[in-house]
Amino acid sequence: MQIKPILSALRRHKAGTFLIAMQIALTLAIVCNALFIIQQRLAHLSEPTGVDEQNILVIQNEWVGSSTPAQADARIREDLRVLRELPGVADATASNSYPLRGSGWDDGVKLKADQLQDSSGATIYFGDERFLGTLGLKLAAGRNFRAEEITGMDVRDRLAPPVVMVTRALADKLFPGSDAVGQTIYLAGSPTTIVGVVDLLQAQSVDRWASAFAYRSVIVPRRLGISLGGFYIVRAMPGQLQDVMRAAPKALFANNPRRVINDEDGVLSFKEVRARAYERDRGMAILMGVICLVLLAITAAGIVGLTSFWVGQRRKQIGVRRALGATRQDILHYFMTENLLISVGGVLAGMLLAVAINLWLVTRFEMQRLSLLYLLGGVVILLLLGQGAVLAPAMRASRVPPVEAPRSV
Amino acid sequence: MSGMFFHNLRLGATSLRRNPLLTALMIMSIGFGVAASMVTYAVFRAVSGDPIPQKSAQLFVPQIDNRGPQYNRHGEPPDALNYTDAMALMRAHKAPRQTLLFQVGLSVMPDDAQRMPFKAVGYATFSDFFNMFDVPFQYGQGWGPGQDESREPVVVISRALNQKLFGGANSVGREITMDDRHYRIVGVTENWDPKPRFFDMFSGNAYAMPAQVYIPFNYAVAQRFDTYGNNNCGSDGKRGDDWGSWLHGECVWVSAWVELDTAAQAEAYRQYLDGYAREQRAAGRFNWPPNNRLRDVAAWLDYEHAVPPESRISLSLALGFLVICLVNTIGLLLAKFMRRAPEIGVRRALGASRADIYRQFLAEAGMVGLAGGVLGLVLTGLGMFGIGLVFEPQIAQLARMDVSLVLLTLVVAIAATVLAAFYPTWRAAQVQPAWQLKSN
Repeated sequence: MQIKPILSALRRHKAGTFLIAMQIALTLAIVCNALFIIQQRLAHLSEPTGVDEQNILVIQNEWVGSSTPAQADARIREDLRVLRELPGVADATASNSYPLRGSGWDDGVKLKADQLQDSSGATIYFGDERFLGTLGLKLAAGRNFRAEEITGMDVRDRLAPPVVMVTRALADKLFPGSDAVGQTIYLAGSPTTIVGVVDLLQAQSVDRWASAFAYRSVIVPRRLGISLGGFYIVRAMPGQLQDVMRAAPKALFANNPRRVINDEDGVLSFKEVRARAYERDRGMAILMGVICLVLLAITAAGIVGLTSFWVGQRRKQIGVRRALGATRQDILHYFMTENLLISVGGVLAGMLLAVAINLWLVTRFEMQRLSLLYLLGGVVILLLLGQGAVLAPAMRASRVPPVEAPRSV
Repeated sequence: MSGMFFHNLRLGATSLRRNPLLTALMIMSIGFGVAASMVTYAVFRAVSGDPIPQKSAQLFVPQIDNRGPQYNRHGEPPDALNYTDAMALMRAHKAPRQTLLFQVGLSVMPDDAQRMPFKAVGYATFSDFFNMFDVPFQYGQGWGPGQDESREPVVVISRALNQKLFGGANSVGREITMDDRHYRIVGVTENWDPKPRFFDMFSGNAYAMPAQVYIPFNYAVAQRFDTYGNNNCGSDGKRGDDWGSWLHGECVWVSAWVELDTAAQAEAYRQYLDGYAREQRAAGRFNWPPNNRLRDVAAWLDYEHAVPPESRISLSLALGFLVICLVNTIGLLLAKFMRRAPEIGVRRALGASRADIYRQFLAEAGMVGLAGGVLGLVLTGLGMFGIGLVFEPQIAQLARMDVSLVLLTLVVAIAATVLAAFYPTWRAAQVQPAWQLKSN
């Protein structure tokens, strides 16, 4: 296929050529970045919590009236007894929070008492000796809490447990290459000893501000007797989650009616917790996907439109070429190659633009750098799109009969 | 003149019908581009508006650095005050109006024992709150400064809560029970819920459900109501061992607001804050020079990132989208107009001026724009259902299809299309009459 005649023909259609190339460039730039955002969001929302999500439900319980810390603690223990006795319940525990909740108690961990800056941030989970078992967490080293280590605590009391468990992510950050079990850390200013290391337990927030300590969690052997209430985490026996979700609030109210469990979100399965936590990420991915599809469709439509126009304009020339011996194949190839040349020009400009937009997103929204793979993927998509779009008009051109030429000139 | 205009429109309509495929492509292109921009703009408008336009330049957030350069975040003082500093500002009373607030969650116990208690979330605050933030009242009014001091259990409830408890009747003077305490209702607000909730950005409640109750700050503290919102203790370890030492410690959890009417007053207040910090330094509490801020509503919302990044990203993307659709329209219009070069040549030869050609083709483009705008409206309407997917329901609810959005959609569609038509029209007007006649 000769490229020179195509180029000289394109020179006579500077505006149209430029418009198609520009549209391809812009589409490439946006589609690359959108695909990249989609991939990041999808990767983000498939991060594991470490929790046995299928069988877990979470109850937010708020007390009516005020109570002393001792009363609040007694009520929590009473509730836990009720929940654990409920048919279909494998185990239950009380905590201040749970992974993906969105907010909660985050605190700093230091290695020395007189250290100024924190060695790491960490999510603080309050848990008893059944916390690990209820959530289905795996102990990687050391031991679980003992029942006698668990005590009640008021929210404004000093957080100074003698022992804690930490996640492996936090242990690796604090004591890289050595055993964390038995080590002393300073939590909220008080020394405490690590007795156990938990394999995996995600932080309560998956927002960007918490990403620095995404998997660094500390479990303290305390029941938080906060007068405002707290959370019960319940593990149902396999297949009984729905029954327990219905029965648990009823049993709690039967035991003590002076409480509020919100109708809307007081009882959530972990599946719902996950859906809520990642609402924005999923929505953003869907939005980007829709934008990509519509953009590609519009660009394809534009190529079809302009190429059809060119074909219509050049019927005479095509007829002459056909009369001079060009085959249908030749005509088809001509328009396909023409489109390829324009598309290559467009994607080259588009790659630069895509990187520019990505850099802007990086500085403005702290996004990650665009990987080359997405750029190349976008290039392939747009080249294929261009060839696909030009196919119909090019076929029409190839069907221009040679006889037409002498008649019309 | 107007006769010519309608003549041009008729010509345009005829020509558009002649090429239904190209016309449909253009209308779709404009429609999708405009709809994408309008949907995201509607969300952006909802979250970036001024929540209290009449006073946003007079309301300020005082911030005091009680952490010092070793512990504060990038040199900025914390986003809220600790109890000690907050109460010091109230006592000094250096602003014409001032208030403190923190979030409370109370269990409302309906008189009817059959009805279950439910949670009402609101604020513990001072009497100036209602005047400072122009809170509209359905019945009664806020409590007075006297009740701030006497720590009386009075309450202002929202119209929604009043509806729920009293069927919407005037409940001023009646009592409600919350967490076993009896409160006397002094006022019922109208539905009032500025978005974003600028006065409580600290607790991340920018787009939360509306507040239902307001109670006196001093009463709430005396009753040891814990904050239902944020509490930030920093990493210096000074956070107390129990309620009392926490209350008088360095954890920040109180949002403070002052109303200052003139720039001179604002400057004087800055001086006062610095003087206060110097006093604290002299007393040995701070060992760093004053590091305070006094931000007005706009600066505060910006500092607190009130506009979600999702919204900004989508808006930029949608604008890029609109640009692509316009480029597409330019190309299609060019194809469409140039295809009619012979016709233009004939018209020009018969005496039509360039201006006539301009008018005819821009009118045609305007019609495409109008049709694209109507399609855009339909798609915007559909998109409005879809935004719940991307933004949390609280934000999605804010974005509404109103008259101004409808008008804007149509104006943007027509203006953009006519703008896009300038180059193709210019090319059409360049067609030489003689040359075209010769070539046919």
